[in-house]
Amino acid sequence: MIALIALVSYLSQINSDKKRTISVLDETGYLIDIFESTDNTTYLKLTGLNLDDAKEIVKEKEDYGLLHIGNVTSLDDVGKNIKFYSEESPSLTIISGLERKVEKRLQEMKLQKDGVSLEQIDASKTSIDIAQESFDGEKSSKIDNIIKLAFGGIAGYLLFMFIIIYGNMIMRSVIEEKTSRIIEVIISSVKPIQLMMGKIIGTSLAGVTQFAIWVILGGVMLTIVSAIFGIDMAQVNTPQQEIVNQAMSAQGSDEVQAMAENIITAINNLPIGNLVVAFIFFFIGGYLLYSSLYAAIGAAVDNETDTQQFMLPILMPLILAVYVGVFTVIEDPHGTVSTVFSFIPLTSPVVMLMRIPFGVPLWQQGLSLLLLIGTFIFAVWFAAKIYRVGILMYGKKATYKELFKWLKY
Amino acid sequence: MNNLLVADSVSKNFGKFKALNQVSIGVPMGSIFGLLGPNGAGKTTLIRIINQITMPDEGHVYLDGQSLKPEHIKDIGYLPEERGLYKSMKVGEQALYLAQLKGMSKSEAKSRLKYWFEKLEIGDWWNKKIQELSKGQAQKIQFIVTVLHRPKLLIFDEPFSGFDPINANLIKDEILKLRDEGATVIFSTHRMESVEELCDHIALLHKSNKILDGKLNDIKRNFKTNTFEIGLQSSKSESVLSEIKNSFEVLPATFKNLNDDIKLNIKINESTSPNDLLSFLTSKAEVHHFVEVIPTANDIFIQTVQNN
Repeated sequence: MIALIALVSYLSQINSDKKRTISVLDETGYLIDIFESTDNTTYLKLTGLNLDDAKEIVKEKEDYGLLHIGNVTSLDDVGKNIKFYSEESPSLTIISGLERKVEKRLQEMKLQKDGVSLEQIDASKTSIDIAQESFDGEKSSKIDNIIKLAFGGIAGYLLFMFIIIYGNMIMRSVIEEKTSRIIEVIISSVKPIQLMMGKIIGTSLAGVTQFAIWVILGGVMLTIVSAIFGIDMAQVNTPQQEIVNQAMSAQGSDEVQAMAENIITAINNLPIGNLVVAFIFFFIGGYLLYSSLYAAIGAAVDNETDTQQFMLPILMPLILAVYVGVFTVIEDPHGTVSTVFSFIPLTSPVVMLMRIPFGVPLWQQGLSLLLLIGTFIFAVWFAAKIYRVGILMYGKKATYKELFKWLKY
Repeated sequence: MNNLLVADSVSKNFGKFKALNQVSIGVPMGSIFGLLGPNGAGKTTLIRIINQITMPDEGHVYLDGQSLKPEHIKDIGYLPEERGLYKSMKVGEQALYLAQLKGMSKSEAKSRLKYWFEKLEIGDWWNKKIQELSKGQAQKIQFIVTVLHRPKLLIFDEPFSGFDPINANLIKDEILKLRDEGATVIFSTHRMESVEELCDHIALLHKSNKILDGKLNDIKRNFKTNTFEIGLQSSKSESVLSEIKNSFEVLPATFKNLNDDIKLNIKINESTSPNDLLSFLTSKAEVHHFVEVIPTANDIFIQTVQNN
């Protein structure tokens, strides 16, 4: 695991060392100097060539590409006469970077035409950071939202992964006991529901232990590995990073300082206690709900291939929950869609966890939890019935109709 | 005779399918009880009800006078027909686990297990995984696991399947020894020879009903037809034959022996005793073979099932 992460960082480091050469053919003559070479990108300024020759040369040299700006009479026409030629589709960051350089320059030139000097243009630049404060006097910032989303997102995603990985383990264990036939011996000693719950609880404890080990070990090893390989995560030089750096330097170092402070405030603003407690409860509830369904599926089939038909109905609500969480909760954490999905028991664990950093009234959390518990009890009852019949049933094709019959046995 | 297990009018349905229809059996204490029947008769369902794996829809089951309770699982040992163990678990570890599930303490289970391992001479299997053993070896382990906790009632469903003749014999001897030590055994099988050798009592199930039960010898007595298998030698075979035919009901017989005898099945009526027949025959020819035809469990099984 650690080796994998180290490898990925190392590879991205290599990737970022790749230098790109972009040739620029500027027939206007007044845009050429905005293209300054950097560590990653070298701009070759071509002069005195026509477009076709330039294209030939660039293609032969196997440069990254050719930026051609046609000769135009008015600044407004530049946009219609600017083109990037390359062998393969250029990266989004390169094109965006080029567009931004040209836009900035044109804007400056237009203003200068109207008699505004460069100094005046620079002075006119203001960046506004609207300070945020709640009615109760709690300060926050834009970073807040990102931090909230990150925490909620991580919590929701963790739960999603956990359910899928350990739910699968339970299902496979049930099937193994069926195929090895040991189930009949076990069932003559314990009640099926005891076996089912034991499996669910045991697997979950194993999972929690494994996650804890990963988190602790991962954190420790990552620091050690970074030190050894000299990969400083904060200074990975990729073209993307360049743009971020440029943007940040435009704001000035004070801004960066302020941003760091904002991040810390934002984290402090999170209802950490609420988040932790809610995480525990919703995690347990959601996991128990889904794993009893997984156990039921395992009992209903004779082998792993037959499980396919049941996997989709199980995964759908989970995936839906993650989508709702990511797309709706960030925009509108207390809107109708988010709220509704934070109550529906199949999606509530994930969606509610994503909402909580944005502050959810306790009564809502309580109600959602109650619904979850009620549904999970029903799911366990339902799964136990299927389990009890299914573990000794071989050869019957597990269709929904068949399963329904088993409920009545 | 005291019954260890009583099933009283037990019925079980699976949806519309009636698996057991008001079946009642009584298993006497210390006996070996054969639970017989064609496939699909309901034997496994009844066994599962006794093991509390399924619950009956009607009727009751009593163990040693008490209604069947969860505590009784430690008093019952069950070897299912379709058997298996956790493949990647070690033998010793697994046997201990299963014994503890049946209520044995770990230390007691360990010492009992060692005793059995020595008895069956499989001491070096303790640390092997089940998948490393051959099928017959794994079955031996499963047998041990079934009897380890010294239950009052042992239920064996086709215990000999999967064993070669030597091991099958070994298991048979162990079952008899367990009976002699006080256990009661319910034994479900299709192998009628083993029924002959082991069972005192039997019950025959067919299409969810019990169609026959009782002491095996009593049942055989009911089924016997007073027929005797005869092997004779005579120089005047044809006249001897016709004389016999005039006095008794005669059917041809086939049995294996070393001589080239006249082989017959002779049926006598109630008023004739075997000695009468014997003296009649000895006066006519040399008698080499004189055996009463006792119906085998096999014959009884086939006959009863076909008549129902």
